[in-house]
Amino acid sequence: MRDVCVVGVGMSKWGEVWRKSLRQLFVDAAADAVKNSGVDHLDSLYVGCMSGGMFVGQEHLGALMADYLGMRGLPAMRVESACASGGMSMRAAYMEVASGVSDIVLAGGVEKMTDCAGDDATYALAAAADQEYEVFHGATFPGLYAMMAHAHMAKYGTTRDMLSAVSVKNHKNGSMNPVAQYPFEITMEGVANSVMVADPLHILDCSPITDGAAAVIVTTEEVAKKLGKPYIKVTGTGCGTDTIALAQRDDLTVIKASQIAAGNALKMAGKTIKDIQFAEMHDCFTIAELIISESIGVFEPGKAGAAVLAGETALDGKFPINSSGGLKSKGHPVGATGIAQIVEVYKQLTGQAEGGRQIAGSPKIGMAQNMGGSGASSVVHILEVA
Amino acid sequence: MTMFSSRSWREYPQRYRLEASKFKKSGKTYFPPRSIDPETGDTEQEMVVLPDTGKIVTYTIIRVAPGMWGDQSPYAIAIAELTDGTKLMAQMTDVDVETVKIGMEVRVEFRRIQTEGDAGVISYGYKFVPKWY
Repeated sequence: MRDVCVVGVGMSKWGEVWRKSLRQLFVDAAADAVKNSGVDHLDSLYVGCMSGGMFVGQEHLGALMADYLGMRGLPAMRVESACASGGMSMRAAYMEVASGVSDIVLAGGVEKMTDCAGDDATYALAAAADQEYEVFHGATFPGLYAMMAHAHMAKYGTTRDMLSAVSVKNHKNGSMNPVAQYPFEITMEGVANSVMVADPLHILDCSPITDGAAAVIVTTEEVAKKLGKPYIKVTGTGCGTDTIALAQRDDLTVIKASQIAAGNALKMAGKTIKDIQFAEMHDCFTIAELIISESIGVFEPGKAGAAVLAGETALDGKFPINSSGGLKSKGHPVGATGIAQIVEVYKQLTGQAEGGRQIAGSPKIGMAQNMGGSGASSVVHILEVA
Repeated sequence: MTMFSSRSWREYPQRYRLEASKFKKSGKTYFPPRSIDPETGDTEQEMVVLPDTGKIVTYTIIRVAPGMWGDQSPYAIAIAELTDGTKLMAQMTDVDVETVKIGMEVRVEFRRIQTEGDAGVISYGYKFVPKWY
């Protein structure tokens, strides 16, 4: 297999982007990535998107995006793994370049979530859960993660403050990210006093509904060098799955798919979790960040909450998590999230993180962990300075 | 979304009668039924009916509910482990939601779940009720 690099990234402001359609969101991010990388053509294109069909009634995104990117005829296809669609798009691009099939591939992700009523968006998102055995009974996504939170609290004594601290930290980081949907700080009291959605999760424990896209150019080291732009190496890709229904898991306080994905990615990179200096993690709900950081071995089981409270995962902590603001503050256009994580790790590794959120000490190796549904799928990438 | 009746009909054995699959080799029971035992790869199985009592292993109270569930909120949803070790998710009913907790003993009962489609076809299935109820 050939070495694989990321050489240019593109991402515009996330939020309720009423002026832009699904295709425009994607094209803007993709065109930015092409321009920033300096490539003069693409060999193929991947679009990570969870549900163009349910959010805006548009499927067949490979052809649509290739055409509107001005590259009619380009090989292109969509990749779907619920909220992990973006990360899977990156993995597909990685494999295409590593295998030698293509030299320059665009990995993108997009979701247009505010063109439909809130109820319809909730329904579309719920399709990532078990339709017949969870959604049928009235389970919602906050509800599924709330059940994991209650299990975690009962087993390890995890507290409200520990959950709130995740949200407060990510909003602090996001306040420095110019493309974040909610670039402002919140307080511990603010989280605890916000509306209860599904006990024990409040609205400020939950990532928002967002319109957004992100794109990266994936290529060989040979091409990346010639372009003369900052680039990073992708040294590991890993993917894992688990039961789609929560009830069928032995332990609700672990997300096994993330464990498998991280294990595979680290093994491929020849690293252990101790070698990783910072990570973007899938904090779709505050409890998710705690469970993932324990599942992939950053902290011992049950210890992540205390670590967050102690500032260990803050921007200046010993293992910064979600320097971008995470899903909570940056926003969560589901299909774009996994690519936006790669964008953030790229910026951190090339010293380009804006707004004062650059991690000190020029980090050399980072991780992006993306996840689908209530943790039934996960994809992890290890990225290193070139 | 409109659900066709065949889709509900296929689920009747589970929704109405709690039919599960028990594999010969491992002796493990799965609900819903599967054609392949994930532990052994075995395909030889028999139909068994799940026991109707168990206890709550985790739960939540849905306070912000989408669409058709809106008039039922707040409602509790729980995962219960039944006496044979199988687990399933269902709504908790005939209970003050504020009293639901982990470890609570429950019984599985046949109840109305929701209405589907424009015609409002009623779907029935299982819900948990307090065991002492």
